[in-house]
Amino acid sequence: MTAQTPTAIQTSVAREGILWTLIRFREAGISLFIFILVIAVTLRAPSFLTLDNFQDILLNISILAIVALAQTMVIITRGIDLSVSSMIGLVGMMVAFVVKENPEIPVLLTVLLGMALGTVLGTFNGLIITFGRVPPIIATLGTLSIYRGLVFYYSQGTWINSFELPVAFKTLSKGTPLGLPNMVLIAILVAVVVYFFLNYTRTGRDIFAVGSNPEAAQFTGIRKQRITFLVYLISGLLSGLAAVLWVSRFESAQTNTAAGFELQTVAASVVGGVSISGGVGTVTGVVLGALLLGIIQNSLTLIRISPFWQLAAQGLLILIAVISDKWILSRLERTDK
Amino acid sequence: MKAQMITESQPSTLISEFPPRHSFLYKFQRWEWMLVALILLDILINVRLSPFFLDARNLSRTSSDFMEIGLMMLPMVFIIITGNIDLSIASNLGMSASFMGLLHNNGVNIWVAALAALLLGTLGGMLNGYLVARVKLPSLVVTLGTYAFYRGLAYGFLGDQAARGYPEAFTYLGQGRMFDTLIPFSVALFIVLAIVFGLVLHRTTFGRYLYAIGNNENATLYSGVPVERIKFIIYTLSGFMAALAGLILAARFGSTRPDIGTGLELAVITAVVLGGVDINGGRGTMLGAVLSLFLIGLMRFGMGLLNIQGQVQGVVIGLLLILSILLPNIAQQASFLKRFQRNGQLVFAVLGVLLMFVAFLLFFFWSRAPILAGG
Repeated sequence: MTAQTPTAIQTSVAREGILWTLIRFREAGISLFIFILVIAVTLRAPSFLTLDNFQDILLNISILAIVALAQTMVIITRGIDLSVSSMIGLVGMMVAFVVKENPEIPVLLTVLLGMALGTVLGTFNGLIITFGRVPPIIATLGTLSIYRGLVFYYSQGTWINSFELPVAFKTLSKGTPLGLPNMVLIAILVAVVVYFFLNYTRTGRDIFAVGSNPEAAQFTGIRKQRITFLVYLISGLLSGLAAVLWVSRFESAQTNTAAGFELQTVAASVVGGVSISGGVGTVTGVVLGALLLGIIQNSLTLIRISPFWQLAAQGLLILIAVISDKWILSRLERTDK
Repeated sequence: MKAQMITESQPSTLISEFPPRHSFLYKFQRWEWMLVALILLDILINVRLSPFFLDARNLSRTSSDFMEIGLMMLPMVFIIITGNIDLSIASNLGMSASFMGLLHNNGVNIWVAALAALLLGTLGGMLNGYLVARVKLPSLVVTLGTYAFYRGLAYGFLGDQAARGYPEAFTYLGQGRMFDTLIPFSVALFIVLAIVFGLVLHRTTFGRYLYAIGNNENATLYSGVPVERIKFIIYTLSGFMAALAGLILAARFGSTRPDIGTGLELAVITAVVLGGVDINGGRGTMLGAVLSLFLIGLMRFGMGLLNIQGQVQGVVIGLLLILSILLPNIAQQASFLKRFQRNGQLVFAVLGVLLMFVAFLLFFFWSRAPILAGG
């Protein structure tokens, strides 16, 4: 019964031709937007279209893409995880302390440690939300300030500087043994895994089912609470991974590391076409959303827009993206009638 | 068997004969009383811990620290009761205050600048209101966008500059005291506005409509209530109050930087939800929100006297926020406890999770010890 759900969903989409093309158009839309932006910026600043700059953009969006994918899974179940930034801050600080004290520690072990610590924090979120029945926005708002407070308590206000971290750890994110920086490869790997998980596993399809109609999902035998718990656990796990990469990339761990990052991850998801009311979202869309945010940030610098106006431009862009998305959807409803 | 049936049917008649609203005990079960008890408990503990806690001057000074949060909280109660949210208030505060700072730096009269800032903040609220009410976008998405947009405009206005040198007549808004008493001007303003907002919420048709929208928006719409206009009004109001809070905060600091008030939106939402307002809309009182602001203020003040860092205080406030919803829910979940008894698997799961948290805490303390010891 549940195993058939994915095919059932897909055929119903494929049957309605207009709907299907418009959904594809939504990703084509953001691709087109990126394409136009790239051409426009290249005309103003030719240095934009160089391999170095492109690599720079990819480096900048890798962490965002990883956490935005986790955020996407949470949003698909009609939830939200505001605590990702504090989880990155706390795990990053703990890993940095351990690495400073034990410089000989294998790099792979630090990655695993970060993911394990993040999983514990994600489990805590998941338990409050599922067993405690606290609305996700309240629960993660609470843990946002709890985890951030723990960063201060943990470090007592000290921070870890670049010279205190071993070289092997710092090259974890930036080394290029396989041509591209490791961090970019890790992000691609995460995207591929999440893609297969969401589209080709039963649990992945259950996530969509829980988000698009929680009651119906429960009647078909899906354990709603377990799925909800799982997405917050994954969110913690990927935030833990992102934390290790963050400390390695910026070569420091501070008490305010990643503060405010949670809203960027939500923005990347929403710009990438993930519906805040649940049930809708694609990996490709979210990766493109993160890429768009990265390109905008990069190009605003290249065409010499004052850094002070960049945040405003980003905010305006998010608004334009969601308004145009709504416009497309309302057009779609009209063609349906 | 028969006796059992009788005992089962009796309670229902008992309940209908004595409606719970009339019982003395029921009144004490209300969340507002819980908050009062928590406030008294907090005062009791703090008085024992610090001799400076009940100092009138200290209390007067610390009370004005929470008035920006309080002013933004009033319209937020309206918005959350309708089942919506406004994440952009702190950014709107920053935008308005920075705009006033920009005008002031360019030699505009401070009162004209303040008026312009109020106007800009109100426009910001109107934009939110238009997008939520008319375009019908989810409020979380809209205000997340304007959260970045308005804060960005604040940076655009002032850049790396700060505005300072406000005349004394203006800084009175944030620093002054009423006449010769110890009551700060901002506190008096908050009390007056809280009463006005409370009366609007609990004693007018407009207030009843807010609850109606929060309970069932479609039904409210079909009853002929102008839902769109009401939503537009409350977001506009939220923008105006954010700008007002911006003026008060700028006056209190005596200067304005573009990052002014960053993160206050979460403090505001925490106060509202801790005050017993349902995040899904439809339930809550103004009194509860005001009491919870009072509780948070006293707790933070008490912890500050004990030299606990502001961010570490956040752990306590965050826990309080979660527990305030978690504990009543857990108490209701008797079925969970029954399953716990039957299902052996669940016991293992619970033990596993507990072990995990204990391991995390051990690691937490073990890993930080050498570095803190080494200085």
